[in-house]
Amino acid sequence: MAVFSRGFGARRRESDERLPPGQYLTEDFPVLSAGPTPRVELDEWRFAIRNENGATKAWTWDELMALPIEEVTTDIHCVTRWSKLGTHWRGVSIDTLFEGIETDAGYAMAHSYGGYTTNVPMEDLLEGKSWVVFEFEGEPLDPEHGGPARLIVPHLYFWKSAKWVRGLTLMEHDAPGFWEQNGYNMHGDPWTEERYW
Amino acid sequence: MIVGDWRPATISEVADVTPTARVLRVTVPDWPGSEPGQHVDVRLTAEDGYQAVRSYSLGSYGDGDAIELAVDEVPEGEVSPYLVRDVQPGDMLEVKGPLGGYFVWRPGGANPVQLIAGGSGIVPLAAMAKARADAGTGVPFRLLYSVRRPETAIYRDELERLAGDGGLDLTWVYTRGGPPGWAGRVGRVDDEVITSAVWPVDRMPDVFVCGPTSFVEHVADALVRLGHPAAKIRTERFGGA
Repeated sequence: MAVFSRGFGARRRESDERLPPGQYLTEDFPVLSAGPTPRVELDEWRFAIRNENGATKAWTWDELMALPIEEVTTDIHCVTRWSKLGTHWRGVSIDTLFEGIETDAGYAMAHSYGGYTTNVPMEDLLEGKSWVVFEFEGEPLDPEHGGPARLIVPHLYFWKSAKWVRGLTLMEHDAPGFWEQNGYNMHGDPWTEERYW
Repeated sequence: MIVGDWRPATISEVADVTPTARVLRVTVPDWPGSEPGQHVDVRLTAEDGYQAVRSYSLGSYGDGDAIELAVDEVPEGEVSPYLVRDVQPGDMLEVKGPLGGYFVWRPGGANPVQLIAGGSGIVPLAAMAKARADAGTGVPFRLLYSVRRPETAIYRDELERLAGDGGLDLTWVYTRGGPPGWAGRVGRVDDEVITSAVWPVDRMPDVFVCGPTSFVEHVADALVRLGHPAAKIRTERFGGA
């Protein structure tokens, strides 16, 4: 039985069936990061995928731009309880980047400029579930939101959508990334509230 | 870090500390204790079952079943106006936590510590400053606290007391106006302030920055530009971009 808070509820927000449990809608775009915002020059930017055998494939910014670009409209959900509905992004599908990558790995560790890491199961990355994006709402992605490019895995809590992403390292076994070592769930499904350890 | 289930809690004391902020003392039976800098989720349930949850930094730390939250009102908010304007001793809510294992200061390190707060970003940093005093450690602490005006500072008296005891080197930055007779500068934190009030790079300070997003972005960028290694700077941002 929940504890009631006397007099609470007068300012309640509208609910929406697109909101996972425990989330509230925001029109802002809050910024959450563990340290300073890295600044990455486009001519120095690289994105690399390394498979479990150590074979690496890498793209420069120009090479990324030459790949098929997709428009993505999606809801996003932060573990700190805000959600934004119908956000618009442009980027390259992870499926496109994995063409020609040989792997049987079950997990990937995303690495970022600035040292951030987060682990994601391969089944949550492939088949139209994730992208490396460089535009938000028609504008180049701000550095504080992860620009020049970030991962988005919109069906998981947004800490999995690594800002300033620089690559994926494929792993046979799951391992915790940065926030996963600091209290957050290994998977992070918003609909089942996989928030914390 | 400990999370646990939702715990029923009772407001024991409310204190208006600024025109828009209130400190809430909350009794949580069987509270497992927390480390300086951690936060909690707070859940409010209306009589018809409607619920809302928000995260708040803890201004307290350590053992015991009394915790302290400092809540600054977000004018169009749903939860903070209730906590700042409506809630009274005896009212109930639920808490989950403590949460967070990164933006935490643990006694024992040798490096000096630099705290940099903007507005209500002082809350977790005040817990660290109190913990430093209680631990009796010789680790030198500096606090740079940016507020609009003196009356908008949370924990002002407590911080002055910690500074007076000699354990905390406290620098105020007033962005709109200083106290009566203030002869110092008025304006936002800039390179000059950082250079004069923050531990120099060669002392290798552990830096904690907390405040509104724009404040933290501005300060963290400046610290990096002035040579502080990014890996030594921990940040906690709140509010919309």
